Order: sequence, then structure tokens, then C-alpha cells
Amino acid sequence: MRPPDLDALPAIPRDDEGPVFRAPWEAQAFAMAIVLHERGHFTWKEWAGRLADEIAAARERGEADDGRRYYHYWLATLEKLVADKHIVLADELRARKSAWEAAAAATPHGQPIVLGADAARPKP
Amino acid sequence: MSHEHEHHHHHDDDDDVQEHREHGAPLTDVELRVRALESLLVDKGLVDPAALDALIDTYETKVGPRNGARVVARAWLDPAYKRRLLEDGTAAVAEFGFMGRQSEKLVVVENTPQVHNVVVCTLCSCYPWAVLGLPPVWYKSAPYRARAVIDPRGVLEELGVSVPESREVRVWDSTAEIRYMVLPERPKGTEKLSEEELAALVTRDAMIGVAEVRR
Repeated sequence: MRPPDLDALPAIPRDDEGPVFRAPWEAQAFAMAIVLHERGHFTWKEWAGRLADEIAAARERGEADDGRRYYHYWLATLEKLVADKHIVLADELRARKSAWEAAAAATPHGQPIVLGADAARPKP
Repeated sequence: MSHEHEHHHHHDDDDDVQEHREHGAPLTDVELRVRALESLLVDKGLVDPAALDALIDTYETKVGPRNGARVVARAWLDPAYKRRLLEDGTAAVAEFGFMGRQSEKLVVVENTPQVHNVVVCTLCSCYPWAVLGLPPVWYKSAPYRARAVIDPRGVLEELGVSVPESREVRVWDSTAEIRYMVLPERPKGTEKLSEEELAALVTRDAMIGVAEVRR
């Protein structure tokens, strides 16, 4: 599977072969956008435009433009885009994020974190 | 045996990657947001988790600093470093100046003509990706984990590593306090390579013991 035209995007962190990621979550955020685009939820041109807007807004807020926060902007763009398209609403995201947080807090160190882990354990 | 376990607050310039890990909150804010979005997309049938994993896996060598490869290359070239690495992996890896924020103990096990080591993992939030790179997709699979313990030779065979009966297979199960990394055997014909060139040969799969390093 080849990613769509990376040159169309605001300068993406990359090497000779393609995009590079500083942490696993960055690659996950990247992959979600690619898959949603492939399934026709938005065009690549639309994606590139929205991401550029997000980065421009950050620059206006005075955030350093050194590429280190690239995937923060990427993720924020994705969250806004899926909400605008009524694919996943902001409220749903907030609730689900809390659920993961609760699951993580209820998971003993060294175990994989699964949703509902907190519900399965007796409340103190 | 008690290993002090703490998550430190970090205020260095890598904050935007690791952010603030605290007790009882092993996932960072962005990690939580990514999990939230991904799990909702999957629940709604908008994204096939297998397709997502397959895509991410194609970037295996592009995620994180993959510092373990440099550690392995140094150990191949410097016998004194290798000795330190096998004695105290955490300290020897820290000599490179990374792993500063991973409080778990790192134990390095050496592959030899007599012993082949394999690491299994629960894929908890403390998987040492900064050292090993992106975890393989099949690490998520519970059957793999069980089979790797019961029939490691069979699992290795399926993954393309044939271990002769004469060679002992040791399986290392990551625990809450201890992470493992395999020091693979240096391939023949690499005597003239530099540390950097050697590091480029070292794969994630070699560092978890499911592949040999090839020239």
C-alpha cells in the first residue's frame, strides 16, 4: 500500500524512502488518515488543506515550527475533520478518551490495556 | 527482589513525545486521543484494524529512534562494552544517553551457537519501542504468546528461523519490571563494516529473537 502524494502535504518529516515517526502513536495517526482517505471519506487535497490550516494556526499562536509537533497537528486535523463530516463526533471522542484513561488507570503495570478494564475490576 | 518502579516527570525537549507519564496514567494525552479515535473508527466499521496494522507495519523501521540497533553494533565491535551490556543492560544502554525515562530494568540476553533466545511480551504501555522499534503486529495475539512458550521451535520455524535440536531455545517473558532484548549473533563477512553499517543490519525481529541478522 503506497501513501498518497506526500509532496502535496505541508513538509512532512521524512527520509529518502518516505515518512518517519518519532513514536508509535504518530504512525497510528498517520495510518488512520491514509485509510480514511482510501475509503473515500475525504480527498487528499482536502486533507492537505486542512492540515496546512492547522499548522498555520499553530504558527500564529507562536508555536515553534521545527516539525517536532507535526503529528500533534496531524491528529488535531483528523479529529476536527471526522467531526465536521459527522464520522466521529467530538463528544464521542471525549467520552472514549475518558474510557481509555479509566482502563489505563485500572490496569496493573505490565498488562496490556483494554477498554472496560476498570469496569471488570471491583471498585475500591 | 524489589525493583523500584517510578514514572518520572519530564520537562526536557522530548516532552511532546513522552509528555507526562504518571502513576496510574501510563498513557500520554496524545496516546489516549489516538486510541479513542482508532477504537471508535473500528467500532463504527469505518476502519479495518488489520488494514491499519498492516499499513503501520510497513513503517516498522521508520518508527522511533531504534536505539537497540546501535547498542548491538557497539557490542559486536567492543568486547568491554559487550561485557557491560550483558552484566547490566540498563546501565550499558544508558551510556548512549537514551532510555533515560524508562525505569524498567533492561536485560540483554546473548545468542550463541549453543543458545537461541526469544522474547515474548504482553504489549503493555511500557514496551521499549525506543530501543526495539515498533512491536510486531503478531505480538498482540494471545495465541502467539502461549505458543511461543509451549512450542518456541515451532513458532520460530514458522517465522523462518530454523533452530537445530542441538541448540537450546530460551524464551524470555517480559514482566512488569523487566524488559528483554536479544543480542543477536554477528553475521559472517561483516568484519570490515563500521558501527553505523552494522547497526543498519540489525532488525527489530533480530532484537526479539525471531530472525537472524543477515549481511
